Amino acid sequence: MNTLGNMIERAGGVFLLPVAIAIIAFVLIGAPSSWLTLTVAGLAMGMMLFLMASGLSLVFGLMDVLNFGHSAFVSFGAFVAASVLAYFGGWLGSDSIVLNVMALVFAIAAAIVFGAALGWFFERVIVKPVYSDHLRQILITMGALIVAEQLILATWGGTPTNVPRPHFLEGTIIVGGSSLEVYRLFAFIVGAVVYAGLYLLLNKTRIGLLIRAGVENREMVEALGFKIDRLFIGVFMLGSALAAMGGAMWAGYETLITPALGAEMMVIVFIVVIIGGLGSIQGTLLGAIMVALMQNYVGFLAPKLALASNMLLMMAILLWRPYGLAPAVK
Amino acid sequence: MKGNTTVKLIAFAIWALLLFAPFFFQEVRQVEVAARIAVFIVLVASYDLLIGYTGIVSFAHTMFFGFGAYGVAIAMKQLDNTWGYWIVGALAGVLVAIVIAILIGLLSLRVKAIFFAMITLATATVALVLASQLSTFTGGEDGITYSVPDVFKPATKLLTDDEGKVLKIAGVRMNGKIAAYYFVFASCALMFWVLLRIVGSPLGTVLKAIRENEARAEGIGYRVVAYRTAVFVIAAIAAALAGAIYATWLKYTGPETTLSFAIMIDILLMVVIGGMGTIWGAVIGATLMVLAQYYLRDLMEVAADATASIPLLPELLSPDRWLLWLGIIFILLVYFFPAGIAGTIIQRRAAK
Repeated sequence: MNTLGNMIERAGGVFLLPVAIAIIAFVLIGAPSSWLTLTVAGLAMGMMLFLMASGLSLVFGLMDVLNFGHSAFVSFGAFVAASVLAYFGGWLGSDSIVLNVMALVFAIAAAIVFGAALGWFFERVIVKPVYSDHLRQILITMGALIVAEQLILATWGGTPTNVPRPHFLEGTIIVGGSSLEVYRLFAFIVGAVVYAGLYLLLNKTRIGLLIRAGVENREMVEALGFKIDRLFIGVFMLGSALAAMGGAMWAGYETLITPALGAEMMVIVFIVVIIGGLGSIQGTLLGAIMVALMQNYVGFLAPKLALASNMLLMMAILLWRPYGLAPAVK
Repeated sequence: MKGNTTVKLIAFAIWALLLFAPFFFQEVRQVEVAARIAVFIVLVASYDLLIGYTGIVSFAHTMFFGFGAYGVAIAMKQLDNTWGYWIVGALAGVLVAIVIAILIGLLSLRVKAIFFAMITLATATVALVLASQLSTFTGGEDGITYSVPDVFKPATKLLTDDEGKVLKIAGVRMNGKIAAYYFVFASCALMFWVLLRIVGSPLGTVLKAIRENEARAEGIGYRVVAYRTAVFVIAAIAAALAGAIYATWLKYTGPETTLSFAIMIDILLMVVIGGMGTIWGAVIGATLMVLAQYYLRDLMEVAADATASIPLLPELLSPDRWLLWLGIIFILLVYFFPAGIAGTIIQRRAAK
């Protein structure tokens, strides 16, 4: 038993869980082609969830601040991107792939810039006065979420907004009998690139070193003379920009978005960070992939249980590991 | 403790007004407001037990409120509108609330307050989604309309005069509507009293000790997790009962009236306005908020009409944007006025 445990630990430990889920689902679903479609959908969704959740997790790890308003960035990102895409509607419809890509880049860039600016405002005005007071932090960021949601309602209206997709991301490709949406592959690739970038930033650069040191022991970093406040606002803005980017990608994925988007995603994002463990991007990625795979498989096998299945997954994992699967060292 | 007396006097005055509300205010809408205030006082006081006295933030309070309401609603609709089934429905709601509260409590009260807040939020959302999906039972988004025990029907004559007509006392008909109002009033007053006793009991003292210093309370020998779970269950029971009562009064139960996130925000605002950790403050907070809800929206409508020619302003002032202003007020209150009305009165007097 012990040797088996060691073997699993060496092979990747908890990071094998998504593989286990995929194998179980393969047996339950039976048809390899639908399994492949669902797995790709799950991985794509997982990457978008990772974008949305990574900032929340990092900010918590670094500053012990949990931003309940985090999903406001997601919805703002989605709506800003939708507006920009609609503005460049002519470019999207054209056959020129250059114009297509440019419109897409503009939309995502607009979402990122907006997210970062909003993040700066959030950190300075909303969160800064209530550092280290969890109760008021929860209340205030919650209030900010309501205000943000209402502002979206006032700006874009309550009716669902249509999100045009660039022409080259439409359609599906057929691989071995299962159809894979191009957009999902695109989302997966973007997510993987961002993850790689974040990983390099955190593990290979001096700033990343400081961030990781701050997560582990904030006082010590401060005592050594580094301005952790400045670092923190940087991380906060990065996190909100990533969330906005995730929202923009999500808007393209759903193609029809409502102002309730933020509230819907918030619950899933929370489940992701709780499962993954707060403070580490590896944990967040793990949680995001697990939640997304689960959601897609269960959505196929028993559609009504999709959301509840994630709750059950979360409860099971909390019973086993109360701080999540791979939290940062604290 | 002079300030405390002032707060209590205000609270008593509000309860007295509620007691005679059907006689003072004879419009249907005003009685509606009075009943809503009574129910929300219980809801807010039980929530204050969590947030103010124990220092745990839960976003699932409306879920428990909903369990009670849906318990009664489903029993009245699917079975029959008798008192027996009313009790069955209310008890079923309370039981579900207890089981879920114990589950959540044992799972997540061990870890940080922030985890607990996230988990309650997730659970409450799942409950809301389930309520709108299981439409055969819950009526989905439309909710359930049903009839309540016969005593509460407007046609019921409680007291009759010599000619067999409904007796009027001070111009108020003694019919089923009055019975329903006093049912709401009496049960809410009773529950508020019970909550007061809990806060004043040794249990309440332990809770405050946990809030102030968890490690020390544990060190003295109190099992913090057990106490927290217990208080979470108590609050859940109170919320479920309040839901059952409100469902009886409204004769309608739907996601909008019981489960929606907007109600959770209302409760949070009421607790913060009234003052966290002063259960009397719940009376003040609930009263002010409910009054504002009913009458400020009218005012906003007027303001929106008046500014119709100016761009953007009417959009922001329209009654639909009510939550926007609530959110802003909420943030400002938590910043500058965290003790709330009751807390501030007590502090001011204590300083003198």
